[in-house]
Amino acid sequence: MTNEALKIKLPELIPSVVFEEGGEWITAFVDASAWKTIAQQLRSNEDFQFDYLFCVTCVDWKTHLTMVYHLTSTIYRHSLVIKAKLDRNNPEIETVSDIWRTAEFHEREAYDLFGVKFLHHPDLRRLLLTDDFDGYPLRKDFEDPINMIKL
Amino acid sequence: MKNENEILNESKVSPFGEDSERASVAFPGEVHPTAGGGILLSKLDEVINWARSNSLWPLVFGTSCCAIEMMSTAAAKYDWSRFGFEVARATPRQADVIIIAGTIVNKMAPVLKRLYDQMPDPKYVIAMGACATSGGPFFYNTYSVVKGADHIIPVDVYIAGCPPRPEALLHALITLQQKIKSGATREQIRNGIGN
Amino acid sequence: MYRETQIIKHAQKASSNGGNLEEAGDLVINVGPQHPSTHGVLHLVITLHGETIKNVEPHLGYIHRSIEKMCESLSYRQFIYVTSRMDYLSSHINNHGCAMCVEKGLQVEIPPRAKVIRVLMDELTRLASHQLWWGAMAMDVGALTPFFHAFREREMINDIMEETCGARLTMNYMVPGGVMYDIHPNFQKRVKEFIEEFKKKIDEYDELVTGNIIFQNRMKGVGYLTKEDAISYGCTGPTARGSGVSCDIRKLYPYEVYDQVQFNEIIETDGDCFARYLVRMQEMRQSLSMVEQLIDNIPEGDFQAKTKAVLKLPKGEFYSKIETARGEFGVYIVSEGGTTPYRIKFRSPGFSNLSALNHMAKGYKIGDLVAIMGTLDLVIPDIDR
Repeated sequence: MTNEALKIKLPELIPSVVFEEGGEWITAFVDASAWKTIAQQLRSNEDFQFDYLFCVTCVDWKTHLTMVYHLTSTIYRHSLVIKAKLDRNNPEIETVSDIWRTAEFHEREAYDLFGVKFLHHPDLRRLLLTDDFDGYPLRKDFEDPINMIKL
Repeated sequence: MKNENEILNESKVSPFGEDSERASVAFPGEVHPTAGGGILLSKLDEVINWARSNSLWPLVFGTSCCAIEMMSTAAAKYDWSRFGFEVARATPRQADVIIIAGTIVNKMAPVLKRLYDQMPDPKYVIAMGACATSGGPFFYNTYSVVKGADHIIPVDVYIAGCPPRPEALLHALITLQQKIKSGATREQIRNGIGN
Repeated sequence: MYRETQIIKHAQKASSNGGNLEEAGDLVINVGPQHPSTHGVLHLVITLHGETIKNVEPHLGYIHRSIEKMCESLSYRQFIYVTSRMDYLSSHINNHGCAMCVEKGLQVEIPPRAKVIRVLMDELTRLASHQLWWGAMAMDVGALTPFFHAFREREMINDIMEETCGARLTMNYMVPGGVMYDIHPNFQKRVKEFIEEFKKKIDEYDELVTGNIIFQNRMKGVGYLTKEDAISYGCTGPTARGSGVSCDIRKLYPYEVYDQVQFNEIIETDGDCFARYLVRMQEMRQSLSMVEQLIDNIPEGDFQAKTKAVLKLPKGEFYSKIETARGEFGVYIVSEGGTTPYRIKFRSPGFSNLSALNHMAKGYKIGDLVAIMGTLDLVIPDIDR
């Protein structure tokens, strides 16, 4: 499906979606609380069938955090970007690791580096940093005067 | 009338000529010719150092890109088994020298210390590449890189480069061999005595 | 981190293993981080029952060099070369992916000569990476000789790269706009010599290892990955193509001159280790034929498009995909209009390929685990970033 067709079909599935302009793929904002049901529909709906989640990112926008999911379909070859805004002091969102198994590791990494809690994740632990690391390094307000030597 | 040492060196000289490195790997000692053969006189320390330096067994320890150049040095074009580093051991209990090829991060540092502790004496350390020497390209603005492997274990030879060429690694190995033959400890070399 | 070997004394439900029941007599061992066949620093915690694997849990982070945080303070011309050190076996291709992303943001058009040079360098790097994979894989399974054969040919590619780019392993040759400098006058002659030499050698590789009955018995029937699982786990590259997933970025979203070059996408449907092995061996032949097609047809012209000295990307987000030797490498740049990126995310192929290891290795023996990891072709700094 082309971008225009996706833009028409998506609000039929998710009434509360808000589109963002720019970029080569359709970018849609969804509510963090409704993410799980939307993800299930995106995966199983006949017209969409987004079965390949290829990038899960978190971006720190100083006032809030945003989770960014890049999806594509191996059958129809269309792509979609879903974003969800999270509260900075208590970032929580439902996990999608039972829909797309690749999200297990990606969500562990987002928890490790940003502190986003994924509800009902099978195994949410630190992945890349030491187990007793203090803080979430990729946040913009992370300070480590001992290790980080500023140029 | 030639010196005994010259005779000794000539007898062991390779096709590359007298002033090649072959002369320096000759057996350290003097031959006193007597009837019915000869008597070899040497110092036990020198003989032991000579034997140790010519058969150092490295430990397989490569963390990142420098490991590929280490593997290239082990392969057929730049062969390090010509110098005695034939057997690369996977276990530290049987290794002499650990070549730290790659970046050391905070999570890996206790592992490196444990491996060094498990090696039997005498053991030597070569820090290969910019990352192991001082943190390398990951010096500024990183929260998890150890800025130099010598924060963890004492290092004998440092190699510069990112990654260093195989010839640079061979030069470092030969320097280590010369350091062992000289018989001096790290502190003596740092303060200028010996070598 | 497990500090000692654990022998499970009585049956207990382990909650952190996804509900695996641990019977009495199970053994929990560590493989790595320092191990000759983990291709880097990978720590696997394996639960065994006898010699049969029940659960494999990878522990990562032993080479986590905080590259994404570091890139937030580097300019758009500087951060490209840090990615050489991530997946160091396909360093040209990583640099190419980053340069493509920056060019998408700047909307700059690359001259045709630069496009062809980039594709030539990419394919030579892919060949070199697969050669090393073949040598290391055979060494893991027990055959030491192919290691030396592979490195002998790899040195020829390294020499070609050294003459043009200046370095053997981390060649910082791609810039946003083209390549850093023109190719060396000897480049075409040396590449042609290499092509002639390698055509004979690749048949020798097949004779030495592929037809060997012991090797085949170790590879066939081991480590199955079905097509649905490959897509769900996000596997890309030869790992997924061995299970029947068509995911070659060079065919699906062609970039540079890949739509003008004749090559096949290699797909095998068996899904076991031998299928992934065959995919890579045939990819080597395809890369060789691509280099042969392009080496005589390098167009004249500029090797670099004119760009400003200090690059500033407009506000927005940019994503570009490229096919490395391991799979799909994605670069996601979020820019706020300054001279340094606000957030960079590198979607590395090894990260997703590794997440399928537990699924692939359950029920097999420890020796099979080594074969499975060999065919996944992991480079751990690529996973940890």
